Amino acid sequence: MSTRERNWWIVAGIGIILYALFPIAWIVSLSFKAPADIANGQFLPTVFTWENYSLILTGDASELFLPALLNSFGICLIATFLSCLLAMFAAYAIARLDFPGKKIILSTALAVAIFPVISIVTPLFNLWRQIGLYDTWPGLIIPYLSLTLPISIWTMSAFFREIPWEMEQAAQVDGATTWQAFRKVIVPLAAPGVFTTAIIAFFLAWNDFVYGISLTSTGAARPVPAALGLFSGASQFEDPTGAIAAAAVVVTIPVIILVLFFQRRIVAGLTNGAVKG
Amino acid sequence: MTTTAPPPTDVATGRPAPTGGASDRVRAERRLGWILAGPAFAVMLLVTAYPIVQAVYDSLFSYRLTDPGNRSFVGLGNYWVVLTDTLWWQSFGVTVLITVVTVAVELVLGFALALVMLKALKGLRPILRAAILLPYAIITVVSAFAWQFAFDLTSGFVNTWFAWLPGVSADTDWFGGTGTSLLVICLAEIWKTTPFISLLLLAGLAQVPDVLQEAAQVDGATWWQRMRKVTIPNMKAAIMVALLFRTLDAFRVFDSVFVMTAGANGTETVSFLAYRQTIARLEIGLGSAVSVLLFLSVVLIAFGFIKGFKVDLSQARGEK
Repeated sequence: MSTRERNWWIVAGIGIILYALFPIAWIVSLSFKAPADIANGQFLPTVFTWENYSLILTGDASELFLPALLNSFGICLIATFLSCLLAMFAAYAIARLDFPGKKIILSTALAVAIFPVISIVTPLFNLWRQIGLYDTWPGLIIPYLSLTLPISIWTMSAFFREIPWEMEQAAQVDGATTWQAFRKVIVPLAAPGVFTTAIIAFFLAWNDFVYGISLTSTGAARPVPAALGLFSGASQFEDPTGAIAAAAVVVTIPVIILVLFFQRRIVAGLTNGAVKG
Repeated sequence: MTTTAPPPTDVATGRPAPTGGASDRVRAERRLGWILAGPAFAVMLLVTAYPIVQAVYDSLFSYRLTDPGNRSFVGLGNYWVVLTDTLWWQSFGVTVLITVVTVAVELVLGFALALVMLKALKGLRPILRAAILLPYAIITVVSAFAWQFAFDLTSGFVNTWFAWLPGVSADTDWFGGTGTSLLVICLAEIWKTTPFISLLLLAGLAQVPDVLQEAAQVDGATWWQRMRKVTIPNMKAAIMVALLFRTLDAFRVFDSVFVMTAGANGTETVSFLAYRQTIARLEIGLGSAVSVLLFLSVVLIAFGFIKGFKVDLSQARGEK
């Protein structure tokens, strides 16, 4: 590659970084603008202020934001844990055991993954009101499984296929049962795949909006995206722009941390599950 | 939960196996397979198959949640109401438009991003990967707000920055009309989901054997010829899988529309229509009919892709 050509690729690379970061930089910048500064028509604030953050973390809007943050973390972590647990056993069976119905399970996961969420939410809305799951944590955790479980099964089966299974056979030759071989030999080998799957599943749950706005009505279970989406219409006398921007930044921080630390794994997980090399 | 599964019966352990050890072992493996995979399978069915069956049932009734006494069977009446209403065709058209525009742009842009990442220097690669993952991982609602505020009349900077463009001035109201609203919605969707396509395409690109490229180069093929005759045909499967996933995903567009326009100015999509009928207007019967139609559309698209373009889903599932 000539120097000139290489410089071009570097410029293109910087272009990608700008592309990815620009809208994020904008919402961060917006979150530091004082109410009077919001309409300044500029990208950057005239004066940096923490006003919006104190509004959502300790001020008037904290009663809306903090419970929503707790709901988001709690519901998403539980949904991620449950789907990874279920998917772990399923993916092991798919990758390792020979049984009829493997194809059905994988096809079902695919079908559920492409399912329009809004088609599920209509009947759930009705049913949840009747059986008392409306506006509760389990009322969101259960439908979240429809988001997290298919991709978990898929991604994890792809990871599990790459595990050196001879080691399991070796353990079985040494007298371990199938179950023991699974627990003692395969689980440590499979842990990275499970962890990566958990991150991707968490992203999906964290991103949910439709279930959040449809199946909750109060701070008892409403997650952050739903609270944000409905906040603009709330009876606030002030312009909510700054507060929304600050809240948006706060919920983006966990995502950024996960991406920065585990980018390699996440890319492997995303592409492994979809396109197998 | 699985400790009850018997280990494969071995003749040597002394357990009598009347039908022979081998077939016993096969049967035990099958049983273990379903014991392990069954719960996940059951949960998937429970959270999707059950609601869609319920939606089909509900769609056959005239049923408003605020007026449960007047619930009556209307057969396919709701579907007739929906399909003869311009509201449905309007939102269907908007959804198709958003899907076609975003997926087409994303495919081209995603391919360019994938090429850059493939050629990038080793040292730059992790930074690029992290950067490109951010739009993918960020909450759609957050991305929608970022784009909305950027174009907004009061809080935005776009009008100031792009005032030199014809048609843009300090008081250009992007969310005042259908076309400009849809443009901003598409921009936000493209920004957020191109990374996913480009990562899938990058995985496809990495699969194209270098030998083929080199051979073509030796034979004097130009960059463009190599791209068209060697690279793209060799990664057709990856392209198709990326297209299929993004098309189905784009067809369900909801979050951005909700945040940016709330369906105003003729920007309502099919998902939004279903939401508004059910959750906002509590018209369970009509809303269910829209939901079922949306579901059928998605199934048709998937079916069309798989049959029409021969998308190899066994590859998508990671099988060889």
